[in-house]
Amino acid sequence: MALNYTKKTLDNFLKPKNVGKISQPDGYAQIGNMVCGDQLDFFLKVEKGKIKDVKFLSFGCASNIATASILTEKVKGMTVEAAKKYPWQKVVEELGGLPNQKVHCSVMAVDGLKKAIADYEKSLAASKKKPVTKLKKIETKKTGSKKKTSRKK
Amino acid sequence: MQVYLDNAATTKLDPRVLKKMEPYFSKEYGNASSIHDLGQSAFRDLIKAKTTIARLIGGEANGVIFTSGATEANNLIIKGVALANRTEKKNKIIVSSIEHPCVMESAKFLARAGFKVEFIPVNAEGLIEPKELEKLIDKETILVSVMAVNNEIGTIQDIEALAKIAHAHGAYFHTDAVQAVPYLKLDVKKMGIDFLSLSAHKFYGPKGAGVAYLNRQVKVQPQIIGGGQEDGLRAGTYNLPGIIGLAAALELAYKERNLYLKKVATLRDYFWKKIKQEIPEVKLNGSLKKRVPANLNIMFGYIEGEAILMDLSYKGVYVSTGSACSASDLRASYVLKSMGLNKNFLNSNIRFSLGRFNTKEGIDYTIKALKATVKRLRSFSPIN
Repeated sequence: MALNYTKKTLDNFLKPKNVGKISQPDGYAQIGNMVCGDQLDFFLKVEKGKIKDVKFLSFGCASNIATASILTEKVKGMTVEAAKKYPWQKVVEELGGLPNQKVHCSVMAVDGLKKAIADYEKSLAASKKKPVTKLKKIETKKTGSKKKTSRKK
Repeated sequence: MQVYLDNAATTKLDPRVLKKMEPYFSKEYGNASSIHDLGQSAFRDLIKAKTTIARLIGGEANGVIFTSGATEANNLIIKGVALANRTEKKNKIIVSSIEHPCVMESAKFLARAGFKVEFIPVNAEGLIEPKELEKLIDKETILVSVMAVNNEIGTIQDIEALAKIAHAHGAYFHTDAVQAVPYLKLDVKKMGIDFLSLSAHKFYGPKGAGVAYLNRQVKVQPQIIGGGQEDGLRAGTYNLPGIIGLAAALELAYKERNLYLKKVATLRDYFWKKIKQEIPEVKLNGSLKKRVPANLNIMFGYIEGEAILMDLSYKGVYVSTGSACSASDLRASYVLKSMGLNKNFLNSNIRFSLGRFNTKEGIDYTIKALKATVKRLRSFSPIN
């Protein structure tokens, strides 16, 4: 192997968990690295303050895919508060280490997840602001999800 | 199954070459600088190797200087020629924008030392148009360096035309011919090449052996000094096994050239045809016509090169990528960048370089593997 990836990293690259999209996610974010050109998209489903489901899409290298895979595995079922604080060091540790030039992949994955959570919290705050009737609530949700699809371009 | 498609990185040592090298590890172990018989026997074989190489590249035996490889040869030529020929009126060197890092870094070293350094652009096909050199060259120019064949995209440059322009302006001409054996017939005198670099392990010879061919009429400042070997141009004990291996490999490469070219071209053309048939959204980088028959550099849309490489590696297929993710500095290939490749496609490229030991069976296996790899990675790409 050109790079000294661990077996766990390779497993997560070859058979990544949680790949795909979630339609009408509660939180969505796209993150890119300006230098290396990689990109990750995260989708969240939240229920009772916990991450019920999380999925990702990747345009990136083996470690980009592997870090997103292991991160989504770890935070699934976690409270949003705990997931927000999940450190990139832990991602590296879970994979049994990453080659030096690949450590930034774990930082990007964690930042992407945080961004998706922030997106969720933003729409949550927006829906809490106004005292709304049931009908209006549905409307807010609709525009919310519309906004998300348009951002996915 | 294992399929090695990274022959531009290095090649497998030819067993016939190994056999010729073996005595120089055991029986003929003398130091070619020693004046006793064991040493002189080695020295005679060293001269024979130089004569063979000189004949194969159309040069003089005393111009053949052995180095540890092409990186050292390029350092010696670029730095050595520039430093030895610098005057108040001559203070400039010109290199192409797609040179190997060892030429680039040597040029940048000279820039830090106060030289003017210019880079010749390439067109979208990865080719240097001679008129671009005309624009940059002047009487101040000491040396022009353009690689004969590019390592990433395999494009062949018009060395003769470029050398002519260099000479017309009183500059010397160097070509890094590392990727050119045996694809181009090399004739330094006919082609107007003053300096040329070779590396044995790119043509089924051993690693650690290279040649800096020098026009001995021109001053060159040695970069490794010590015991005065190679007429003082490159110090260090002669690496006889490597030198013998290099000469033997070069001789075989040109002896079997026609058959080799035919085989590689047939496989490469079949491979490219199949890729286009089986995989959508692919594009060849660089000219197909002015390209060595061993090279394919292909862009696979929407997915990243290092991931393709790693996935293929797991399936036993060994390739290379210019993707940022595979580089220690996380920057995408400057070769593809200087061709003006779309920014979104810079990290989606794979280099396949074929060689003597590839088979149709191996190519068929690769196509199957590649198809599955591309399909898998595209299935979760956010771009489409």
